[in-house]
Amino acid sequence: MADSICRTLRDGALEGELAPTLTIKDSLASPFAFHVFSHILLQLSSHVIAQKSQSQGIVIVALSRSPSFYAALLNMNGVDVAASNKWIHILDCYTDPLGWKDKTRKSVNATDCSPQISLPTTSFKTVKDVDKLFSVITELGRGLVGENKARFCVAIDSLSVLLRHASLQSVAGLLSDLRGHDQVSNIFGLLHSDLHEERAVAALEYMSSMVASVDPYHHSADGQKGFLGDSFSQQNLTKGKFNVRSKRRNGRVRVTCEELKVEPGGISFASVSSVDGTAIAGLLPKVQFNLQLSEKERIDRSNVVLPFEHQGNGRPIQIYDGRRSLEESNSEANPISSGKKEDSAMGEIIYFRDSDDEMPDSDEDPDDDLDI
Amino acid sequence: MEHKNWNLLDEALGLHNNDNDNAKPWPLCGRFVLVEDCVDTSAAFVLHHILKRSFSSHPSSAVLFLAFSHPFSHYDRVLRKLGCNLTAQRDNGRLFFLPMLMFQCPGEGKPNHDGLASMFEQIERVITVLHQDKKSISIIIDDISFLEVAANGSSDDVLNLLHYCLTLTSEYGCAFIALDHKDIYLNDGERTAVILEMEYLADILVKAEPLATGLAKDVHGQLMVLDKETHQHGISAIKSYNFHFKIKENGTECFYPGTKIQ
Repeated sequence: MADSICRTLRDGALEGELAPTLTIKDSLASPFAFHVFSHILLQLSSHVIAQKSQSQGIVIVALSRSPSFYAALLNMNGVDVAASNKWIHILDCYTDPLGWKDKTRKSVNATDCSPQISLPTTSFKTVKDVDKLFSVITELGRGLVGENKARFCVAIDSLSVLLRHASLQSVAGLLSDLRGHDQVSNIFGLLHSDLHEERAVAALEYMSSMVASVDPYHHSADGQKGFLGDSFSQQNLTKGKFNVRSKRRNGRVRVTCEELKVEPGGISFASVSSVDGTAIAGLLPKVQFNLQLSEKERIDRSNVVLPFEHQGNGRPIQIYDGRRSLEESNSEANPISSGKKEDSAMGEIIYFRDSDDEMPDSDEDPDDDLDI
Repeated sequence: MEHKNWNLLDEALGLHNNDNDNAKPWPLCGRFVLVEDCVDTSAAFVLHHILKRSFSSHPSSAVLFLAFSHPFSHYDRVLRKLGCNLTAQRDNGRLFFLPMLMFQCPGEGKPNHDGLASMFEQIERVITVLHQDKKSISIIIDDISFLEVAANGSSDDVLNLLHYCLTLTSEYGCAFIALDHKDIYLNDGERTAVILEMEYLADILVKAEPLATGLAKDVHGQLMVLDKETHQHGISAIKSYNFHFKIKENGTECFYPGTKIQ
């Protein structure tokens, strides 16, 4: 599914349509959204380099990670950072989002001693001003791809930070403006869903054509990580569920679920069906009685002949429907009784009458002779 | 190095990897360690421990300590028991102790950005001076909740200050260590966004909790350390460590549950 997200983002926007927007959301129980974000960023950059995608450049709005982090990330994954200035630009809202350092730097006149940043970066010091942010993003994008019809993609590494600095309306407005901008190919952003009110999350989800949500692999009962690490919460540290909800243009919604695994080199996705049965069996609550069948029990159960199931195997079906009289059926009863004798191992009732005094069952009241 | 006896806490924080190797940067460099405790179990000892270790991490390491909850004399006494002379370190220029006990942002009752901005200015000035001497620097805040009080209860301002301190970690390779109390953020069983956001920001999260079974003589509480391993710039899973601790007069004993032999 992650591939299909990347494909959709790669293919970009149709003429006269809004750009596809992806929101990646997570919660503290499974905080892997940034892993997904960087995965998608790397995929997209390889597409951009290979010129297979609609977008010809990427503008990263860096709010939660430093520009040097992205340089290192791209570098580690084999992207030639030195040649990247043609297609990537970082809008640095991380280093000084509120302009605090500006004052210090002016007064102290300190030299810039940040480590070597090899990615082209523009710093932005008024994050609260979202309108300006929009104009700067589009300017940077235009700088990358030129004035023509070429498109660029926008990656916002934390919508959560943006929401803390600015109101929901203005952030939603920014997204909406970006989606409608005719040079934007696609937008993807990251949201920590438990930091915001539900309405904020919902509002942003409405604006996204795709929502990828990273959920904990196992939900623990009290909603918190178990303290002394049972195996479930241990699994939550390396795995997650990757739910994707994508909306088509015609309004059709498709929901898919995958398993996300965090590995030292990156993240991998696996379909849920490949999850072994023991993991699912482990989800059942621990009860004293056994809810599961063993293999032997399952075979035994399949061998049980259900009532009437023995009939119909070549012999006439004998069902007493209560309409025929007893004498009539007596003559026909023989095959049944003989049939019964064949497999007497199945059990039969043997009854000896005690004496001749004892009459066969009749309609007479047995207490008739009592004098009460 | 004068100490070799790494305990489980050192291991969980990755400090033991640095043994006798001054060429490598301190393992906490560029990382944010958030220590969370609660009323029943104080995690101040984790701060003391990191403070002590950061002095011995490197011959030219330095610490900037922002004290909101206790004065210098308190830490001097505690650390002396642990075998670390803070007064001497301060005189050597390796400890910058900023007493913030009386700090209050101007403008009672309303959030004031300039107060914390000026505080950050102060922090950054110290860091730039220290950085010129090529020292590995740790910034320690001993209580974020008091910082919030000083910021007139504006959690946004606190988060902004934290963000700015974090930018220092990536710019100058500082380690940033902060203590906070998690139960003051509990609201009808739900935790508020401030503490959640801090947990997102943290590279290493240390949680101190009392034993579920109540008070015990030999076990003072349990620690959970979650290491997100974000320092390698790569992607990796979260490592978790769980163990019990007992605070002693001159150190802390850490041990796995059930492994303590009297």
